[in-house]
Amino acid sequence: MITLDNLTKIFDTDRGVVTAADHINMEVPQGEICVLLGPSGCGKTTTLKMVNRIITPTSGRVLINGQDTTDQDTVSLRRNIGYVIQQIGLFPNMTIEENISIVPKLIGWEKSRYLKRASELLEMVALDPAIFLKRYPNELSGGQQQRVGVIRALAADPPVMLMDEPFGAIDPINREVIQDEFLKLHRELKKTIMFVSHDIDEAVKMADRIAIFKDGKLIQYDTPDDLLSHPGNDFVKGFVGRDRALKRLQLVTVSEVMETESSVVNAEDSLATALQRMDDAGYERAIIVVDGNDRPVGYVSRSVATTAKGKCGQHSYNLRTVVRPQDDLRTVASKMFTHDATWLPCVSEQGKLMGVVTQRGITHYLGATYKSSRSDDQNVRRIRVAT
Amino acid sequence: MEILDFVMTNLNLLGKLTVEHISLVVVAVGLATLTGVPIGIAITQNERIATVVLYVASVLITIPSIALFGIMIPILSTIGHGIGYLPAVIAVLLYSQLPIIRNTYTAINNVSPGLREAARGIGMTSAQRLRKVEIPLSVPVIMAGVRTAVVMNIGVMAIAAYIGAGGLGVLISRGISQSDPRQLVVGAIAVSLLAIVADRSLLSLQRKLTPRGL
Repeated sequence: MITLDNLTKIFDTDRGVVTAADHINMEVPQGEICVLLGPSGCGKTTTLKMVNRIITPTSGRVLINGQDTTDQDTVSLRRNIGYVIQQIGLFPNMTIEENISIVPKLIGWEKSRYLKRASELLEMVALDPAIFLKRYPNELSGGQQQRVGVIRALAADPPVMLMDEPFGAIDPINREVIQDEFLKLHRELKKTIMFVSHDIDEAVKMADRIAIFKDGKLIQYDTPDDLLSHPGNDFVKGFVGRDRALKRLQLVTVSEVMETESSVVNAEDSLATALQRMDDAGYERAIIVVDGNDRPVGYVSRSVATTAKGKCGQHSYNLRTVVRPQDDLRTVASKMFTHDATWLPCVSEQGKLMGVVTQRGITHYLGATYKSSRSDDQNVRRIRVAT
Repeated sequence: MEILDFVMTNLNLLGKLTVEHISLVVVAVGLATLTGVPIGIAITQNERIATVVLYVASVLITIPSIALFGIMIPILSTIGHGIGYLPAVIAVLLYSQLPIIRNTYTAINNVSPGLREAARGIGMTSAQRLRKVEIPLSVPVIMAGVRTAVVMNIGVMAIAAYIGAGGLGVLISRGISQSDPRQLVVGAIAVSLLAIVADRSLLSLQRKLTPRGL
């Protein structure tokens, strides 16, 4: 857990006194990722660097797991904090193994212990130790280098990690891959992490909580969904973007919005039955046809059921695509647009029908939050501060 | 050819003078490296001192070698070494300071800021950062400075013959005073060849000392 208590940094420059960070108060709970977000010069990097004292605070305290770090020796403080920077910073004159082992070696681990750790960590990021341990940084791609940068920070098993735009220097395609891998790693290791970014999309994807900074002040500190649905002021609204409702889509899964009570028909049922069930259930457009194992095999459209006669099996259209319960709504919306569909069936691993997700269901779910905030008092205070 | 004959008949002398010449340069530049590299590292800590030190070193190198030898005669006579081995070594040591100090200083300062920050941030002390990162990365450029010093001073040592230090310059000075073109040419070519061979050998030493990852 990281606690910032009135943390302040004031610089004396030729242009006068600059308050880079103004009485920052916040707490990152154990095992969570907090993204510090904001435009250039807002104080997010200054705040991060005060935690490991790359920048010395002017006033205020930093507490790690409840302990005040003010009087702690700087070098031992830093050895207990994982640090990942944008420029990656792998030492070119050392092998990957030596790079990863550097902090454990500095704090006095035995050779066999830190060598084993280096191997284990490389495996965790899908880099074969047999190949990569003895390589040099200049023989690795940018993405591979930053993976090593991340595990170097984890090598001594620090309780806390600081990351300063760590994926900024990676190309966008690899960046997504590394972000996903990092989230997977985080689910296993559960470190408390402070992560600086200037990219709202990265923040929404990676953060358990987002802290928005402007001109040295902490403006809003909330979960991504709360931030997107209730931006505190015009600045935050502008920063999260006018498409913030769409950004929320990636935070919600199909299982949260799908209708689980679905009427269906079998191939053997008549079209008249299909029409009847559609009317009973209130389906405007279509009804799904399932096989004996509850697996969807196609759909019967209302227009066909009204005008034709016969069995469903003979008059059904093929399903265009399906979704899974854990898919995020952004993927679902994309599929809907691709396949010109207003609804999609949701199936389990075995292919059984679990429910249906509709466009209307999605907009209702997202809109519900906005309805409740509109009826609230307009000056709702959304800044969560440490007590 | 006269010159080849001369070489053949005087191989012993040539060998002795070459060895003298090499040992003079090796000792002088070796000592210069021992003083120059630590100075170069030290001045990276302070901009102002760095400017002063580099200025002094560059002024030293502009003093013509004959003049420098001349200046040292009265100074070193007080300890009985006005001419000969000692002034020659001291002069070359002084000339070698600029390339070595400046290359060391520049190399360490040019270690990328990202690496410096990474080293600080993960918890290295300044000394550890110097030892494990900055110096290993600076080796190629420092060695280049040493090579510059060696090649330049092989030429300077030729003039040291005039103050009795010995070396291949003896052939050149005798060739001039005795109007003997053979000695002159052999001396001059020997000095040049020595410089080329020294440069090549130090280049391969530099390659061996450069850390693998660079």
